[in-house]
Amino acid sequence: MTTAVVRALGALAHRAAHARPEDICACPPPAVLADRADGTVVRSGPVVAKAHAPGTDTPDLLTRLSLANDPRLAGIFLAPLQPRPPVPSITIQGRPVTLWPHGRPVDPGDPDAAPWEEAAVLLAGLHLTPTPPSLALPPMRGPAKASLAVARMCAARPRDPATTAVREAWHRLPAWARGEAAAPSHRSRFLCHGDLHLGQLVRHPAPHGPWLLIDVDDAGLGDPAWDLARPAAWYAAGLLPPEVWLRFLDAYRAAGGPAVRAAGDPWPELDVPARALTVQTAALAFAKSAAEGRTPDEVEQTMIDACARIATLPPELAAEPSS
Amino acid sequence: MQCPKCHAQMQTYNRNGIQIEQCSGCRGIFLDYGELESLTRIEAQWTQQAPPAPPAPQAYPAAPAPAWGAPQHHGGHYRHKSFGRMLFSS
Repeated sequence: MTTAVVRALGALAHRAAHARPEDICACPPPAVLADRADGTVVRSGPVVAKAHAPGTDTPDLLTRLSLANDPRLAGIFLAPLQPRPPVPSITIQGRPVTLWPHGRPVDPGDPDAAPWEEAAVLLAGLHLTPTPPSLALPPMRGPAKASLAVARMCAARPRDPATTAVREAWHRLPAWARGEAAAPSHRSRFLCHGDLHLGQLVRHPAPHGPWLLIDVDDAGLGDPAWDLARPAAWYAAGLLPPEVWLRFLDAYRAAGGPAVRAAGDPWPELDVPARALTVQTAALAFAKSAAEGRTPDEVEQTMIDACARIATLPPELAAEPSS
Repeated sequence: MQCPKCHAQMQTYNRNGIQIEQCSGCRGIFLDYGELESLTRIEAQWTQQAPPAPPAPQAYPAAPAPAWGAPQHHGGHYRHKSFGRMLFSS
């Protein structure tokens, strides 16, 4: 089934790459860039075709595509190739399909070259952009994704006592961070990416163009601290070196990012989202390792250990700051 | 007993069960056969029993961290393949 989707996406991307499809070309065969539950992405030359997750809310996706097309976000989000305004013209097996220019991703083999400062500046720019009044943007999907990850873990490892700390850390989060309530109103009206990691950045035009954010599937309105929370969670768990975390945080602050106070301890704002991302990462580690018939590896265990510390926090430290 | 060097009177002291003769004049010490080895052995035991030297102060992260943060950083994990995957996945 996935193979059929991959083939169709490859053909679509290839056709879009040529003004006249009958032209003889020397394009390399289409390459699968991602094939996951949340999206299948295939590249042919300069064009990338993405089949969004089954069950994607098409009206919400269209609103998010309009966001990526909004001139105020040029230089922040990669814009799709489809006409403006985008039309929901293509579906494959019921999944909406979008077309994008190819950009050069972060090299996974060279973490030292990761563009942490550029990512921070892009996020600050996104968070500072006023919500386009014409767009009825949905909430960003960060809390919803965390909730899905916990559900996936519970399905993959029912009644596994090893998952207790993750579930307890999850239940100690406020309802909004579990996707069960609206975020506090003073922090809920910012444009957010919703799923930031190093796979969400490309240089466009490839290979030396400026860095841009990709993947609008989880973008929307919410607490901008969520977009800093995954690196924050890695840092708090002891995985991301403090100097890398500070490069990211300092660049965000220098760019005027509103997610955290301008100076001093940023953790009053980061704490809840970072705990949610810690739980999400640990839950996915349990789900993925179960699917692969193994126990979590030492890096995954580091995130699970962080959940154990969250689960045993004294209540006064686990409470959400009132500010 | 007289000091073999200055001929002053030697006095006997007991140190950790070992008889030591010390000259009251030149303060020289006279050890019987095997006593030096015994003292060396006792000294070595003393060193082993001594409390360990205080650990080198841990590099304290300059950045603030949450109450639930890791007690220490696993510097080696930054280049771990598994963390590499984590950096790039939802």
